[in-house]
Amino acid sequence: MHIVVVGLSHKTAPVEIREKLAIPESRMGEALTRLCSYQGVREGILLSTCNRVEVYAVVDEIESGYGRIQEFMADAHLSLSSEQLTPHLYWHQGDRAIGHLFRVAASLDSMIVGESQILGQIKEAFEVALTHKATGIILNKVVKKAISVAKRVRTETKIAEMAVSVSYAAVELAKKIFSDLSEKTVLLVGAGEMAKLAARHFIANGVRHVRVTTRSPQHALELANRFGGTAVAFEQFREDMASADIVLVSTGAAHYLVSEDDVQRSVKQRMNRPMFLIDISVPRNIDPAVRHVDNAFLFDIDDLKARVEQNRGGRLQEAEKAEQMVVDEVGIVRQWLQSLEVTPTIVALRTRVDDIKRAELDKTLGRLANLSVPERELVEAMASSIVNKLIHNTMVTLKAEVNSSEGAAFVEAARRFFSLGDPAVSNVNGNASSVSDTCHSSQEGIRDVEEVTQRTGSKMPDH
Amino acid sequence: MAAMFFVVTMVMYFAATVSFLAYLLWPSEALSKISPSMTAIGFASHTVALVARMIGTTDVSPPGFHEALSFFSWMLILVFLAVEIRHRLHVLGSFIVPLALVSLVSAAALPETAPTLTPMFRTLWLHVTLSMLGTVGFAIAFVAGVMYLIQDGLLKSKRFNVLYSKLPALDFLDHLNQQSIVTGFPLLTLGIITGALSAEFSRGSYLNWNPEQTWALVTWVFYFAVLMGRLTVGWRAKRAAYLTIIGFAGVILTLIGVVLKSHGPVS
Repeated sequence: MHIVVVGLSHKTAPVEIREKLAIPESRMGEALTRLCSYQGVREGILLSTCNRVEVYAVVDEIESGYGRIQEFMADAHLSLSSEQLTPHLYWHQGDRAIGHLFRVAASLDSMIVGESQILGQIKEAFEVALTHKATGIILNKVVKKAISVAKRVRTETKIAEMAVSVSYAAVELAKKIFSDLSEKTVLLVGAGEMAKLAARHFIANGVRHVRVTTRSPQHALELANRFGGTAVAFEQFREDMASADIVLVSTGAAHYLVSEDDVQRSVKQRMNRPMFLIDISVPRNIDPAVRHVDNAFLFDIDDLKARVEQNRGGRLQEAEKAEQMVVDEVGIVRQWLQSLEVTPTIVALRTRVDDIKRAELDKTLGRLANLSVPERELVEAMASSIVNKLIHNTMVTLKAEVNSSEGAAFVEAARRFFSLGDPAVSNVNGNASSVSDTCHSSQEGIRDVEEVTQRTGSKMPDH
Repeated sequence: MAAMFFVVTMVMYFAATVSFLAYLLWPSEALSKISPSMTAIGFASHTVALVARMIGTTDVSPPGFHEALSFFSWMLILVFLAVEIRHRLHVLGSFIVPLALVSLVSAAALPETAPTLTPMFRTLWLHVTLSMLGTVGFAIAFVAGVMYLIQDGLLKSKRFNVLYSKLPALDFLDHLNQQSIVTGFPLLTLGIITGALSAEFSRGSYLNWNPEQTWALVTWVFYFAVLMGRLTVGWRAKRAAYLTIIGFAGVILTLIGVVLKSHGPVS
């Protein structure tokens, strides 16, 4: 069993491709069912945001698994063939797949590093997968871990400041256009996380007039209440734009909502008073041609990021710190995954029961000092026999289920029943290779264990 | 004594100009204190020179261009120091102090007592003073306009350099532009009226359409239009910046024309 991820993100694919592959929430369940119906796909979870589409899965075999997932992705959109998709995809397996998920969750792979939205999106994706029973013991554990890693990164590093700094950059730019923000009006179009953050920043910097518009009037009203502003009908916001000095746009629309003409008209209505437009949407919602309008200043997310980059320096270290945390946490998950393998579990179980048997024998034989040698051997044989019979079924089941979809669950159960504790099994621990590498050797390992059990079994006196 | 202070003033303004330009291009704020201080010392020396000269001259000889330009420079620095004290806007000095220096150097290039244009009367003092005060207003508007266009260009092209960080907000510059013209325009109006009066005294007609009078009127009409355009149809921001730069260029050309006419080409 191998954990793999196949996906594309803002780093590898243009928005046109991402849009096509994005899976709408309403069709998520169906997609998950389809994903799990592929042969050799044991568990799966789908992450579809405006910046990335990723499929995490537990597969029997890496190569065929990659192929199936790619097929699955191409199937999501009829106009795309699997080949067209290839140049935009990345494939990771084992540690790298887990590390990738951790980095995504911790917002290290985000367009705006440190933004918090992605964590919520992962939680949602996980909920949906749980509802459709698409995940199993492995992905459940790994995704939960990813969420906790993300939280740890947020609390222990200053990475979140990066996202904050993007909205800070917006305020700083505004201050180079308007000397006094308190008399200025902010129009918030859409309810993207970044835009809300920026709006809060503007309010913290003295802006008192906030107008909000979203496609859903109800949502606009809620937001307006939260910011102490007024709601504007979405259909009318273009006409209303002239009353705003600062326009913050962040919607999920795939096309331009604000055209050059809209801005030209607004600036004219404003008698050439400058306007500051911030487009935090991806894809962009304000026509870049607005740049040519006099007295209108348009900045998109890349411009703001460029501004942040200039002020950086110390924050880079924070990202490095976060990366190190990811590496550490991947190590912990790897150990746990290794524990799910049958061989080390059987070895651990054997060792555990042998230890118990030895201890009990020593205690009992210590009190029965006047036993003859054959009598002693008889007592020892009885102890061995009880122990072996007790664990016999567990051993057989573990070996039988090694390749079934519930194999990992059986291993986990066995570890708990026999309190086998941490997977720090010496023979596997020394091997720093990824899960996939050890998966192969585990087959041979099982044979070794079988020999061991047979040998101990043969010593058993047959009553 | 006046001459000595005049030289000291020039040296200080020159040093302040260099320091202010360095301030403008260096990220460090180190020069933000020393530059205004040098300007202030120059200004004090300038004031002494002007007062000494006023006391020193017993006759009521009319002001020549030397005096006018020197006074213009003094007024510019006065306005800058006032704004500096109020708004701590060091960067304004990077633009005004060089302008004041140029004006002072031009003054030095001209003879101290200018040959009289025509027989003069006391009204001429008033005329020159008012016109120069009006011109100071337009000069500040010009500086604000230049700063506006630079900042506008930097924001549009997204070049966030040292200059960007030191220049103030666009609407502040636009406001400064507006205030300067609102102040300068009535002063120029009074200057023109007193000029016409003195012309009436000296030549018997208020207006004889000589080039400097014509240019002065053109300038007046131009700034009137700029002011009205701002108040009625929104000639603000970038357009106002362009217009005030063009207007000030007109003022400078008028001055040069007048100087050349009365002195002949400066060799």
